[in-house]
Amino acid sequence: MADNILEVRNLSKHFKAKHGALHALDGVNFTLERGKTLGIVGESGCGKSTIGRTILRLIEPTCGEIVFNGVDITGLSHRQMRELRPKMQIIFQDPYSSLNPRRTVSQTIREPIMLNRMIRDKRQLDMRVAELMDMVGLAERFVNSYPHELDGGRRQRIGIARALSVNPEFIVCDEPVSALDVSIQAQILNLLKELQNKMGLSYIFITHNLSVVNYFSTDIAVMYMGRMVEKASVEELFGAPTHPYTRALLSAVPVPEYHEEKRKRIILRGEVTSPVNLPDECRFAKRCTRVCAQCLEGEPPLTQTRPGHFVACRNP
Amino acid sequence: MHTSDVMLDIRNLVVEYATVDGVVHAVNDISLSVKRQRCMGLVGETGAGKTSTALAVMNLIPTPPGVIRRGSILVNGYNVLRMKDTEMDAVRGKEVAMIFQDPMTALNPVLTIGSQIAESILLHEKVSGAEAEKRAMNMLEMVGIKGTRANDYPHQLSGGMKQRVVIAIALCCNPHLLIADEPTTALDVTIQAQVLELIDELRENYKTSMLLITHDLGIVGDMCDEVSVMYAGRIVESGTVKDVFTDTRHPYTEGLFNSLPNINNRAAQLTPIPGLMPDPTDLPPGCAFSPRCRYARSKCRERVPEAKWTGDTHMVACIAYEDPGFRIERSKR
Repeated sequence: MADNILEVRNLSKHFKAKHGALHALDGVNFTLERGKTLGIVGESGCGKSTIGRTILRLIEPTCGEIVFNGVDITGLSHRQMRELRPKMQIIFQDPYSSLNPRRTVSQTIREPIMLNRMIRDKRQLDMRVAELMDMVGLAERFVNSYPHELDGGRRQRIGIARALSVNPEFIVCDEPVSALDVSIQAQILNLLKELQNKMGLSYIFITHNLSVVNYFSTDIAVMYMGRMVEKASVEELFGAPTHPYTRALLSAVPVPEYHEEKRKRIILRGEVTSPVNLPDECRFAKRCTRVCAQCLEGEPPLTQTRPGHFVACRNP
Repeated sequence: MHTSDVMLDIRNLVVEYATVDGVVHAVNDISLSVKRQRCMGLVGETGAGKTSTALAVMNLIPTPPGVIRRGSILVNGYNVLRMKDTEMDAVRGKEVAMIFQDPMTALNPVLTIGSQIAESILLHEKVSGAEAEKRAMNMLEMVGIKGTRANDYPHQLSGGMKQRVVIAIALCCNPHLLIADEPTTALDVTIQAQVLELIDELRENYKTSMLLITHDLGIVGDMCDEVSVMYAGRIVESGTVKDVFTDTRHPYTEGLFNSLPNINNRAAQLTPIPGLMPDPTDLPPGCAFSPRCRYARSKCRERVPEAKWTGDTHMVACIAYEDPGFRIERSKR
């Protein structure tokens, strides 16, 4: 059997909204093999960040199970979770708001180590901070710098060093490069990949940028309004995209290549509808180019169409 | 080239900002022209000077701290930098209009979207208020929003719809030149595709010329005829999209392409550009890209490279080409 670091079963998160329940996440299932990367792709409001935070129980799920290293962590107490947290870390999107502006680089990186009482000796702690800074490519001279003195790329490196400081096995990367310029983006992506190879990390990589997941992930899940609509290996998903939403999403990505004639794009109609009090039909039906009568008869389940390729669509 | 073929002609533009940390050299002697009914892409990363260039064309550089040191800008023959404010008011919106990056802040939150479109029409055309409102509704329909929503306030619309309203405002007086500053950066990909399609369509109908500012080479490939690549306030390479994409010359342009994950080629390794953008108050001597350039040689640090034409349409500013045998990696593929 595959060595799964993470299994998520039937995970849902509904927020209370003014006029009913907001379905941020509905019945999501997936597994993550140790040392692999699952890319979670989708547009604003599709629930991709909610997944990342719910898995870490930074947000409590409405229902479902999260099995980490064989242990169901859904019902664990705060104290028990705290013992587990060093193994599961997160890197946030915005390196400007995810760092405390009043702490130096060194203070930020050492905080998780001290909180978890991993190293008590001051000298050893300094050495560990230096080692972590070296690992993420931060020059030693920044050890006493404050975040405002550094650019976005360097700040993101601090966030990565902080996540690595407690020797995690699993990291949720929530749009870690979206706020960065392309040349810096590539530096951070390469760094994350290198660290994965070196330390055997497992990632959940959340992004709206399909080119980035393509480069980064082993498997990809496409989300639409809180549902997983398609899930497959990268090769399979990019080679044979099946769900109409996935196809539209792929065709909408501008490709930095010269083409003699205008590319034919699938342009979706309309916009994402409200996730509050959903009608009992396919959530994508209102924007779908292939909508038919069946689509209005309840939500399509995620079913296997080819080995390892899952699609939630009645009329693909 | 005949002047009348040129919609926008920027010559030797220098823009600086005086700050407490010193003088920010935002735009350092750039020349650029957009031909009638064509779309020019202006590409670069944060701090390259793209937006300062656009603001200079609109004569909207905040002064102080900004100052246009040198240069001339002709929009459809009008010398915008020499214009009085009142004259400029007539040009802005009518000759040249701008779409800003962030539709959330570009609209006035306390006015209905219909009245914001009508305002621009009333400024430039001699029509009655009722007529302007009617035209505003037509404009809304044209950008794909029901005319009945003219009485909505910006907060009642989604991000994509707000950007459509901004486009409607920009195009309501049928300007000759449209400047779009990262018009889709704040939007999701499927909405981005819709908005780009819309801009393309309207541009075709109205025969508008466009300067499209973006950091996304993919958008340039889809939308533009020509492209100029900016780095630290200078244009380092320009040409037709075919020139720059298939016969890349400048090491920085190459670096940009190599940094981009390509959705069609998963195996391709990402080669980031080492280092960071230089501090615009303290630009390195010579070629500003030389500290990050893997082809840099000693003379690159001695003087600023001149623009060299390598073909009828293709320009590159790189000293390494003084060595006739010089080729960048990408061109060897």
